[in-house]
Amino acid sequence: MQQGTFRVKAGLAEMLKGGVIMDVTTPEQAKIAEEAGACAVMALERVPADIRAAGGVARMADPTIILNIMEAVTIPVMAKGRIGHFVGAQIIESLGVDYIDESEVLTPADDKYHIDKHQFKVPFVCGAKNLGEALRRIGEGAAMIRTKGEPGTGNVVEAVKHIRMVMSEIRQLQNLPNEEVSAFAKNIAAPLELVMEVKKLGRLPVVNFAAGGIATPADAALMMHLGCDGIFVGSGVFKSGDPVKRAKAIVAATTYYNDPKILAEISRDLGEAMVGIEISTIADHERMQDRGW
Amino acid sequence: MKIGVLALQGAFREHCWMLEGCGVTAAEIRKPEELDEVKGLIIPGGESTTIGKLMIEWGLMDKIKVRVEQKMAVYGTCAGMILLAKEIKDSSQPRLGIMDIVVRRNAFGRQRESFEADMTVPEFGPESLKAVFIRAPYIEEAGQDVKVMAKVHNKIVIARQNNILVTAFHPELTKDDRIHQYFISMVKNA
Repeated sequence: MQQGTFRVKAGLAEMLKGGVIMDVTTPEQAKIAEEAGACAVMALERVPADIRAAGGVARMADPTIILNIMEAVTIPVMAKGRIGHFVGAQIIESLGVDYIDESEVLTPADDKYHIDKHQFKVPFVCGAKNLGEALRRIGEGAAMIRTKGEPGTGNVVEAVKHIRMVMSEIRQLQNLPNEEVSAFAKNIAAPLELVMEVKKLGRLPVVNFAAGGIATPADAALMMHLGCDGIFVGSGVFKSGDPVKRAKAIVAATTYYNDPKILAEISRDLGEAMVGIEISTIADHERMQDRGW
Repeated sequence: MKIGVLALQGAFREHCWMLEGCGVTAAEIRKPEELDEVKGLIIPGGESTTIGKLMIEWGLMDKIKVRVEQKMAVYGTCAGMILLAKEIKDSSQPRLGIMDIVVRRNAFGRQRESFEADMTVPEFGPESLKAVFIRAPYIEEAGQDVKVMAKVHNKIVIARQNNILVTAFHPELTKDDRIHQYFISMVKNA
C-alpha cells in the first residue's frame, strides 16, 4: 500500500472536476455550501474581498476555524497557506486538511521560492497566469492548478486572460516541431519534461480550475467553455445578496455550461451579485496575481 | 454499442476515455432524455452529495431507477457506489438506493490516508490489479444476492448484484481496463 503518491494527490483533483469549490469562513457557511452542492470548501478566516479591504499582512487561518469547518461537512476541505511558508503548510497538513492552496490571496512569506510540495503527503493547488507558471508549480509538486484571476474583485476578466493564455500557449506548443521545444521551455522557464508531456497530452498533466473573480453562473459557464475543469468561487457567494440561491445556481451552471436555456433559467432572480471592482482602479502593488514567481 | 457516463460532476471524462479505448461509444449524460440512447450507465467518482442533489434537481434520479429496474446495466465507482447503495452509514443524503449494500463514506480516512494498492480479483485471473482509493468508501454489509468480488484490508471493494456493479476505487485512473471490459460484457448480456 502506498500513500501520498502523485497519482493519489492528482486523483482527488480529478474527482473535483465539473464541480464548484466555495470559500467559507464558518461551519454554518460550510454547511450552506455543501447543501448547495459544492464539491469541496476552502476554509478561510476572511474571504478575498475582505482581505483586500483589510490590507496589512494576510496570514493562514487559525487552526480552530479550519478544524470546525472539517467537523461540519463530509465533503473535502481545503485551506490556504502563504506562498513559501512551508511550516504553515506543515501545520495545515497535520490538521488532516484534504488540499492546501499555496495562495497569492495571502501575503507571500518568501519573495523568491515556493514550497517544495513533493515533501508533503497532502496535495497542493497553486495559481498560474500562464503555462510557464503552471509547469513550474507542477514541477515543485502541485497536483492541481487554478487560474489566479484577480481575487476578491468579482471581475472575471483576469481569470479569462489567464486561461486564454494557458490554452493558447498549449496550442502553440502542439504545433512546434520537436527541435523547437527546448527553446520554448527555456522561454517560458518551465521544466522540459513537463513541456514535452503537455505537448503530447494537449493539456496540462493535472486538473486546471478557474479562480479569481467568478461572481455569476454566467462567469462559471464562461470559464468552463474556455477550458477550465471546474470552478473556485471566493467572495462571489457569501458577499452576494442571496448566497444559497447563488451557490446552487453556480453549481448548476458548471454542469450545464453548454446549455444557454438552462443558464438563463438558473440566472433568474438571484438577487444582488457582489460589488465588483474594475481592475484598472487597483494599484499595481495591490494586484494579488503578481505575487508568485 | 453506446454506454452512458453520468456527467453531472466528477471524473466522467476518464470513464469516457476508458470506454472508447475498449471500442465502445461513450455518451455524456446530463439530461433524462439522453438515457434513452444508451445500453448501460457508469456513475463516476466525484462528490456523492453534489451528484445526488443534481440528479434530483435535473430529473435523473427516477429515470435511472426505472431503467435499472428494466435491466439496464449500471456501474458505480466510489461516489457512484455510494449513490447506488441502499444504506449509507450516518448519512441521509439523496441516493438511488437500489443495491442491497451498506456503505460507509470516507471509510479509509481523509485524503492523507488515500492510497494505491495491488490486489487480486479471482474473476480477472492471477494478474494483480492496481487500485487507486481516494477518500474511498467501502461496503460494510452485503445482502444475499450480492456477489463479493474482491476485498482490500479485509473490506469489500468490488461487488455485483445482478445488473449492478460497484467498485470503491478508480480503475479509470489507471491503464488497466479489465473492470470496464467486465462491465461492457454485463451490458452486452443484459
